[in-house]
Amino acid sequence: MSFLSYLINGISLGSVYAIIALGYTMVYGIAKMLNFAHGDVIMVGGYVVLISSTSLGCPPLLGVLIAVIFCTVLGVVIERVAYRPLRNASSSLAVLITAIGVSYLLQNLALLIFGANTKSFHSVVTVPAITLADGKMTISGETIVTILSCIVIMVVLTLFINRTKAGQAMLAVSEDKGAAQLMGINVNRTIGLTFAIGSGLAAIAGVLLCSAYPSLNPYTGSMPGIKAFVAAVFGGIGSIPGAMIGGILLGVIEILGKAYISSQLADAIVFAVLIIVLLVKPTGILGKKIQEKV
Amino acid sequence: MAMLEIKDLEVYYGVIQAIKGVSFEVNEGEVIALIGANGAGKTTILHTITGLIAPKKGTVTFEGTDITRMPAHKIVSMGMAHVPEGRRVFADFTVYQNLKMGAYTRNDKKEVEETLQMVYERFPRLEERRNQLAGTLSGGEQQMLAMGRALMSHPKLIVMDEPSMGLSPILVNEIFDIIQSVSAGGTTVLLVEQNAKKALSIADRAYVLETGNFVLSGDAKELMNDDSVKKAYLGE
Repeated sequence: MSFLSYLINGISLGSVYAIIALGYTMVYGIAKMLNFAHGDVIMVGGYVVLISSTSLGCPPLLGVLIAVIFCTVLGVVIERVAYRPLRNASSSLAVLITAIGVSYLLQNLALLIFGANTKSFHSVVTVPAITLADGKMTISGETIVTILSCIVIMVVLTLFINRTKAGQAMLAVSEDKGAAQLMGINVNRTIGLTFAIGSGLAAIAGVLLCSAYPSLNPYTGSMPGIKAFVAAVFGGIGSIPGAMIGGILLGVIEILGKAYISSQLADAIVFAVLIIVLLVKPTGILGKKIQEKV
Repeated sequence: MAMLEIKDLEVYYGVIQAIKGVSFEVNEGEVIALIGANGAGKTTILHTITGLIAPKKGTVTFEGTDITRMPAHKIVSMGMAHVPEGRRVFADFTVYQNLKMGAYTRNDKKEVEETLQMVYERFPRLEERRNQLAGTLSGGEQQMLAMGRALMSHPKLIVMDEPSMGLSPILVNEIFDIIQSVSAGGTTVLLVEQNAKKALSIADRAYVLETGNFVLSGDAKELMNDDSVKKAYLGE
């Protein structure tokens, strides 16, 4: 029974990684850049929920909505101010370094505004825990909500990309920016939309993460951000189902590693698995072979 | 008034001047060919017209509107379509999805469906393969797809960059037949080609480009009999 509950916890943690990894992988696929500030948007989302529920007294769901809107706008602003001017820079390193800079900027702004102390976070989830197998196994409300959110996000996102014009435009831009422009697609707006969606999802991930592990400080987003990046690479960066699979596998490996091998070595195990996967399949689980076009 | 008017165009790549002040015009209903060797600047001119690069000097006017600094995606909805060099079809999209992408700027579903049927009529091979991934098509089929995709925006002017590149002689003939039928259908054509013989045989007028300048221009049939053109581009 304990294995099953570890597994469910792993899937739950993995769902959070997957939601964050979606942001990484979509931005990479469409803008061809690694947005290392993505993890810190999670932390911003956490603080927005915290403030709106404690200082402003909003009901939890309204707080989540505010956080999603705030982070969506934040993502668009970051892209517009920091990344777009570098879109045609001669070195792709420029935008990567800028992303790291934005990451530090967000962390230090949070440090300045909220201080370094870890704040306790009240879970926004009101779903009761369920008990299975005569009380031998309990699944918390947070776990249920996290897994369900992940499934809903995946389904909605897949429908959005395959069924809407804006989604098809995203796919076209990810394949060939120049050709997409010639179809009449506004590439800048499409990239902006990608950042908006990714950052909105990061806010949701932040809320879920802080509800499951109820503490918040300016560095809260950093480690999950890196792990979600690993998950995106693991699943094949640029691939949306890949981010989902990578995220969930990563969460399961981390929790099982903690439970059965060593709780201190869990992170090391995660990264070791990544190295092995990349040695065997350098493009990740669902990654496509990249062909240089002449 | 000419449909498309290019005046004193100068384009730079960094400090290197690729286009050194060219002017030309395309009238409604014409087939115009730009010919010239590799690196003469043919593609650069096309990219400047369709908004992919901005010129340092000069103007591009399309149907009386100055489009010199208009972004590429807006120019499409004005009625200009660009078939890019190397086809650039969306390899992971099906043939059908590629064609739908070509109609991105159009909102009337019924009209788009009509254009789709028209494209299928002109390219029966595309209809046969409508559910196949574009990346798995042969070079000739990809060229047809790129042309069909451009036609999906229902353009008044279609700009084609090296449509015969890398195709077998039979397919080259087929592609040029298609260009003629597109023109006969009422679409104005601006064609860039290295295959000067073929291009001149279907064009009304032509311009010969050499390292960023026009060295010759005029009636296509006359150019075909011009000694310097024969020597430099027709291999006679």
